[in-house]
Amino acid sequence: MDYYTEKIRELSAALLKDEKVDLVIGFKQGTIPMATSPHVARTPEQAQQFIWNNNCSINLTNYLTNRKEKIGIIAKGCDCRNIVTHIIENKINREQLHIIGVPCKGMIDKTKVASFFNEEITSYSEIDESIVIKTLSDEKNIAKKDILKANCMTCLHRNPVIYDDLAADLVEEQEIEDQFADVRKIEEMTADEKWNHFENLLKNCIRCYACRNACPLCYCPTCFVDESGPQWVGKGQDATDVRTFHYLRAYHCAGRCTDCGACVEACPMDINVRDFTRKLNKDSFEMFGWEAGLDQNKRPPLDVYSPDDPDDFIK
Amino acid sequence: MKFITIDKKDWAKGIEKSRKTYQLFGPVKDENGFLIKSLEHDILPDMDYYDSVMSAKSILFPQTEKMLCATLDESKKDHHIMKKAEIDYSPRAVVGIRPYDAKAIMLVNLNFDTDEYRDPYWCDAYEATTFVGLGINKPGPFDFSTSTGTGPFGEEGLDVLLADLDDKYLAKVLTNKGEVFMNACEFKTQADEKESQALFDILRKEAEKNIASHIDTAKLKEKTILELHEAPFWDDIAFSCINCGTCTYVCPTCWCFDIQDEVKQKDSVRLRIWDTCMSSLFTRHATGHNPRETKVQRVRQRFMHKLKYFLDKYDQGIMCVGCGRCVKSCPVNIDIREVCTTMNSYEKQD
Amino acid sequence: MENPYLPYPVRIDDIEIATEDKSLKTFKFVFLNPEDEDKFSYQAGQFAELSIPGVGEIPIGIASSPVEKGFVKFTVFKTGVVTAHLHNMKVGDIMGIRGPLGNWYPWDKLENKNVVIIGGGFAFTTLRSSIIYMLDPANRSKFKNIDVVYGARSPGMLLYREELFEWEKRDDINMHITVDGTDDPDWKYHTGFVPTIVEQNAPKADEDTYAIICGPPIMIKFTQPSLTQLGYKEHQIIMSLENRMKCGIGMCGRCNIGKELVCKDGPVFTLEQINQTPKEY
Repeated sequence: MDYYTEKIRELSAALLKDEKVDLVIGFKQGTIPMATSPHVARTPEQAQQFIWNNNCSINLTNYLTNRKEKIGIIAKGCDCRNIVTHIIENKINREQLHIIGVPCKGMIDKTKVASFFNEEITSYSEIDESIVIKTLSDEKNIAKKDILKANCMTCLHRNPVIYDDLAADLVEEQEIEDQFADVRKIEEMTADEKWNHFENLLKNCIRCYACRNACPLCYCPTCFVDESGPQWVGKGQDATDVRTFHYLRAYHCAGRCTDCGACVEACPMDINVRDFTRKLNKDSFEMFGWEAGLDQNKRPPLDVYSPDDPDDFIK
Repeated sequence: MKFITIDKKDWAKGIEKSRKTYQLFGPVKDENGFLIKSLEHDILPDMDYYDSVMSAKSILFPQTEKMLCATLDESKKDHHIMKKAEIDYSPRAVVGIRPYDAKAIMLVNLNFDTDEYRDPYWCDAYEATTFVGLGINKPGPFDFSTSTGTGPFGEEGLDVLLADLDDKYLAKVLTNKGEVFMNACEFKTQADEKESQALFDILRKEAEKNIASHIDTAKLKEKTILELHEAPFWDDIAFSCINCGTCTYVCPTCWCFDIQDEVKQKDSVRLRIWDTCMSSLFTRHATGHNPRETKVQRVRQRFMHKLKYFLDKYDQGIMCVGCGRCVKSCPVNIDIREVCTTMNSYEKQD
Repeated sequence: MENPYLPYPVRIDDIEIATEDKSLKTFKFVFLNPEDEDKFSYQAGQFAELSIPGVGEIPIGIASSPVEKGFVKFTVFKTGVVTAHLHNMKVGDIMGIRGPLGNWYPWDKLENKNVVIIGGGFAFTTLRSSIIYMLDPANRSKFKNIDVVYGARSPGMLLYREELFEWEKRDDINMHITVDGTDDPDWKYHTGFVPTIVEQNAPKADEDTYAIICGPPIMIKFTQPSLTQLGYKEHQIIMSLENRMKCGIGMCGRCNIGKELVCKDGPVFTLEQINQTPKEY
């Protein structure tokens, strides 16, 4: 990972020095173990703060929306796909961007790491494909493959789909036998089981909207939950209102979601909101052969009419 | 001061006995981590918890609370006349609350119990609640509570402070409320006052020694509000903020709320719901004008409120108890300790 | 102590369309329990929460005057959810009023002083309350000269027109009514924006002269230089602010400018005070 960091710093500093971009958006080291923080560099010196490690899960495309400058951005495969979606949706121009693509072997899941311990984590370091974690009274060496984020485990596009530079050599893509096994598991539930599953999933939601705000695709100037005239959704903890928010948000990402997992990463309550978006990704794939963000010249499935649409009602 | 020894073998039985008079709240673990919740039936507080994403504030200040209700049915004599919602203020106890969370409740009291107005929802709940704290023997890496006037064995706001001594708890009974609770549990084995206090002192010192994280707030007071408000560092601090409400909701001292009316058939209720200064709706006028339109303004508001406005208004320190929850939960790791350092060390350039 | 969130029940006693575009209506409320009227004892400059069960609350300046008994009056601009609902309500409907809230114009300090009242558009409500209060026979002698500059877009948009023209005829108050423009050939008052009319007509400041301003932010912004030119110092300029509010009692946290809460520490501030705080209004 140190190699990635060095290369990112070098490429970013050069872009800024040569005035090819006004700013570069990347990650800097966080203040606590396993934390990183989005960072903007406007000078080559500031680019020296950039880092890359297994905790760069947040999707930086979130910081591009409607910006006017010429921007360098560090992007993993899923982030690049999100950038493509942004370009398709006219939230940013390709010409404004200099993409430093990061071929990615997956990010790690903090909750999975925490589950190995009964104490707070005090230190984190990376050695090759494993992670060394310390707590006040314990130390463990954990293989990265055992603590990968769920979305990384099923990722089919680890390599950037568009880029101007690469921070490392391209990596081998994963062979996934059943890409939507998680969704199928829920689909196979009875109605009651499904109801209980989702009720349980959302019972601790505090409606902080971190999932929405961490999602680059949730850029509506006024989200439907914030609309006051008319007010569509109550603002309290009523279960129906909480569900309405999550269901509608997921539908609004149908055919757009690139499964970057930023929503889950951001959730302070560790709610797997991907249970919603994954189903819609699966439907997009099965009904329309669509994976979001692979081609900036193709319109998304819910954006086009096709004479051979599988549904009758539209014909 | 009275000290009581509780053998851990007797703990569960005693807690069960208190249920006759108290509704109990405390830490419990579920798939999303530790939460401070109502302890239904025979669930005991999980005294081995080492963090909880959410603080104990919701026990006095639920995220959604009915304040008033009225019938809209015009055939009823009292239609459209609002009445206070019925709320159960029978005795409740929070068992295992962190000392910094109890201190936070004292800070929030300053907002809800004032010379001019008394917020009955908060105040009645506060009066109904007994706070049984648990000293933190091994403070976590996010704890900077010694810098905020509390610490792992702070007593402010507590009725009882428990120290975990492996096979037993040593309880320091701090108030009459605390005494009543201990009686309800039938915890009666008195311990020697001098020895117990000495033991508490040792535990406190040991725990405080383990706190590695500190902030300096000494120079905040002398700076003017405008000086800090107009300082050049806010753009940098706010850059990564995604304007979610996490920091404000996990914070034990954030008290801002919204008031919303809801109607079901002919019954209307007025609710109070946690609100967040991170949301642009928080200050948006009906005309669309918004005094804090940008995220930089909103991030600045949060830190200025905690570290300057509150300090100047009440002269009771900063509005932060050093629990570190916001540091840990922030999706983009905006760290109040760093912001505090930046503010505290800022010197205006002329 | 009583529950500060619980409104007093009131009945709508009268509704009057206040401006020609019907965007403003004046509501006259009567307390259902007569003893509540005593509890709702207010000063000119205060506001209250108009409270409609099932819809919500809205903070509005009190337009009636403490010297007017038996009712309270509010003039409400239709803009959001609650005000739109209120505009559709009828005489006889029951709702609530919570207050009085906030501070008021500093009447003690203004005794034996010249007072210049400057208002624009529909922010004239608490100023009406103030003028009625000052002109009351029991109070008029407490104040020296009273000047009023009040402007609206057009004659039909002036609030309380009949009262304005009555005051115009009196010799114990100097009225300077203005409109941005009019095609009425019989318009006998000023034409022009408030800041200009202030500059041309308001008295020059001496130590004993205070100005009270209430109006949209843009008017306040451009009136300040006019007053400064006339010699008004920061402490002689008194302003009433608006911010989004919910509780109205200093607890819900949204209306602050710096450490001051507009709902409880305000809404009335001197320019001197405002200049010490972030201008987040």
